[in-house]
Amino acid sequence: MASATSDTTDPTGAAPATGLPGPAAAPAPAAGPPSDRTPLLSTASNALKVVVVGGFGVGKTTLVRSVSEIRPLNTEETMTQAGQHVDDNSAVLAKSATTVAFDFGRISLNEETVLYLFGAPGQERFWFLWDRLFAGTLGAVVLVDTRRLADSWYAIDRLEQHGTPFIVARNDFGGPRYTHQEIRDALDLLPHVPLVDCDARSREDGKAVLIALVRHLHRLVTGQVH
Amino acid sequence: MRRPGRDDTPDRLYTLTGGRSRADSDAFDLVTLVVSEFEPTPGMQSEHTAILRMCRRPTAVVEIAAELGLPVSIVKILLSDLLATGRITARHPQTSRQPARLPDPTVLEQVLVGLRNL
Repeated sequence: MASATSDTTDPTGAAPATGLPGPAAAPAPAAGPPSDRTPLLSTASNALKVVVVGGFGVGKTTLVRSVSEIRPLNTEETMTQAGQHVDDNSAVLAKSATTVAFDFGRISLNEETVLYLFGAPGQERFWFLWDRLFAGTLGAVVLVDTRRLADSWYAIDRLEQHGTPFIVARNDFGGPRYTHQEIRDALDLLPHVPLVDCDARSREDGKAVLIALVRHLHRLVTGQVH
Repeated sequence: MRRPGRDDTPDRLYTLTGGRSRADSDAFDLVTLVVSEFEPTPGMQSEHTAILRMCRRPTAVVEIAAELGLPVSIVKILLSDLLATGRITARHPQTSRQPARLPDPTVLEQVLVGLRNL
């Protein structure tokens, strides 16, 4: 895996410096062999997207894995930056490309509907590809680690700018407990944006996070939030 | 200093797509479900063969990309060839691609039911 953006090898972020797996780290790489991938029902016809964004090591892949019916798969998209970084002696750089890796899982909701969950890096270059990859996304979960809240500021700014509805989920890594109000203040969250706690390793918590997002979307659509 | 772009054997990628670097249209979303309409035929490009085999059951574009180990944009080009020749059909997401357009409440209610039943 040559990508620098994926955190699939560090699903919990518990020990990025030592490379030791965190408590929820799977022993195998996230992307499994093709035989691992359960096919969709032949009636599947409508796929929906939800994006989990957050800083490196915050647990995006862990959250996707906890609720996905397949082991998370990894893929990438590239965008050639033609015309950028071009100057007299940088002809080589002129054809360089931005590569963004992301992983994903899925949940079959009924015979027709499938929900795809994408774990996506929140850093700057990723957003160049947002429109191409994530147009039509239902909404986003911003996964935060309270030890590194500033990592999510940029993602929240961009989601607001794109008009993509989102909720914030605190992945509980232990450490000092902050009140929801302290976190809201640090993230400058609007009052109607839900903030929930989760253990990204827990399937029940992962479900609860998604339900919180969809209920938030439903309130937005039906005008119960102003 | 910036990390040089990864030039992942570009010659091979160009060969796969006949030199094209982007799909003719935005016909495929990341989660468009692709279904094979025909079995692969002998002599067909191996990636096309792999796609037709994989898509005997509906398969999302992003899953095809992950399985083939190719960037999504390259897979979209391969798929547009197969679509143009009628070898596959595509089931597009029913959500709007317009930014800031909210989804249908009935869709959201179905999603909620599905999630609660997990």
